[in-house]
Amino acid sequence: MKMILIPGRSAKQGTSLNHGKLKEEYIETTSTLEMNPDDMQKLKLSDGDSVRLKNATGEALVKCIAKKPGDLPSGMAFIPYGPPSSQLMESDTAGSGMPISKHMEIEIEKL
Amino acid sequence: MSENIKIVENATCTFCGCVCDDMHLHVDVEEKKIVKAKNACILGRAWFSEHTIEENAPAAMIDGKEVSIEDAIEEAAQTLVNAKFPITYGLSDTTCEAQRQAVAITDIIRGNIDTTTSVCHGPTGLAFQGVGESTSTLGEVKNRADLVIYWGGNPAESHPRHFGRYAVTPKGMFIPGGKKDRTVVLVDVRKTKSAPVADIFIQPKPGKDFEILWALRALVKGKTISADIEEETGVSLEVLQDLTEKMKNCRFGVLFFGMGLTMTRGRHFNSGALLALATDLNEFTHFVAKPVRGHGNVTGADNVVSWQTGYPFGVNFSRGFPRFNPGEFTTVDTLSNGHADAALIIASDPGSNFPKRAIEHLKSIPIVVLDTKQTDTSKDAHVAFRTSTYGINTSGTVYRMDDVPITLRPAFESPFPDDEKILTGIRKRVHELMLARHSANGAIGEAKVAAPL
Repeated sequence: MKMILIPGRSAKQGTSLNHGKLKEEYIETTSTLEMNPDDMQKLKLSDGDSVRLKNATGEALVKCIAKKPGDLPSGMAFIPYGPPSSQLMESDTAGSGMPISKHMEIEIEKL
Repeated sequence: MSENIKIVENATCTFCGCVCDDMHLHVDVEEKKIVKAKNACILGRAWFSEHTIEENAPAAMIDGKEVSIEDAIEEAAQTLVNAKFPITYGLSDTTCEAQRQAVAITDIIRGNIDTTTSVCHGPTGLAFQGVGESTSTLGEVKNRADLVIYWGGNPAESHPRHFGRYAVTPKGMFIPGGKKDRTVVLVDVRKTKSAPVADIFIQPKPGKDFEILWALRALVKGKTISADIEEETGVSLEVLQDLTEKMKNCRFGVLFFGMGLTMTRGRHFNSGALLALATDLNEFTHFVAKPVRGHGNVTGADNVVSWQTGYPFGVNFSRGFPRFNPGEFTTVDTLSNGHADAALIIASDPGSNFPKRAIEHLKSIPIVVLDTKQTDTSKDAHVAFRTSTYGINTSGTVYRMDDVPITLRPAFESPFPDDEKILTGIRKRVHELMLARHSANGAIGEAKVAAPL
């Protein structure tokens, strides 16, 4: 299924990075994808299931959890910034210095 | 917990750009840790409690082996002067005093300096140059703003005290009722934890910020907008008209904006559209726009690099004078295009957060790292320094997101040196090495080498 991925900050990502970016809590936080429950149902996914995120740049394996449908529209997924989201980030900055770090077009599949 | 508790009043949290300077810290002096941080938010509490001293961690390493700090400074200096395209990067989580040394190093070695601004509000920096900035301090917002708009950000999770200390709930000189005297608007593609704070929540389709901002500019100027704007952007004409009236009729309006504008398609055009909207609104009332800045001293990095080089980020000294060119001298580009052949990384972790291709190149070149903890970047470093934490162990100056400088009050001493001390050591050594090189070459006299600070 094609989706738009929005990496961003979360409170848990912020607290866990203070503990250490090589520690389990940060790795787990930045490897947890938030999805619209209808999209999860279409892919036959339950909370905690593993998914593969893929685009032309790279791929990342993460776990998914459901958000309230109104909070995250269908077709959009959120992940706290971290190593998995970097794997999907295109390096071209279009002369600005800034790679497109939000609104990435990705393919998502159940593992 | 020992009984030897020291109280530090009015300490400053440097975790995020809010730089709250009303912390009341309880410090266990024997254990060297902060056991309580009164007034801190959830992020601040983690910042203070987790920055403890790892006594057994080496202060300096070369290729993973413990060495003296002096040997590490020598190796770092040699690595940087022997590179053809050395880059300096990071700087948003250290003091202005350390940032100043980093600029001097880069100047002397004719390298390339860039800060985390380039992957944060760098596009806003470009927009400032094109459009200008109608600005204010957060104190003015607290005392005057009756319309507060957050666009493309989630302060409830990224800057938790922005609402409570600066912009929404505090009572101000002309806002005696606090939140009930203000209208709060949130524009975001996600309904985040910030949404309950907002009186009006607008949820556009992703990637349509520019279109909405431009439509608002047109409405402010009295132009007609077609109702099919809703189909394009996900926001109805009625909502935009209502927001336009609120913006034109407020007494003091502020637009706070985040990465939702700068990190998406359009980048500096998005920031520029928002800044232009704020400018337009000054025909009717007083309106300002402020980027919400992430790291504790990223605003200081912009200021220091600007007053030392004339440009805020993405600055190259290879010709002996500063040149500014985002897209060429910004770090994602110097790494992704393979130009950089050595890196000085200060208080940042591009090895974790950069695009894949940039990380791959970073891992292929010698890296000198200064950081308070081990990171994906430092674990592969050629030279790694463990440094003390600014604001907790080290004094110095930081800039709040509204460009207000604040002096830090440290809580307890660290056995590790601070960034400024290490960078000063590197700066002195690279200067000696460059002088020796130019003297040996004979062709270029000492006057051509930048004088030390």
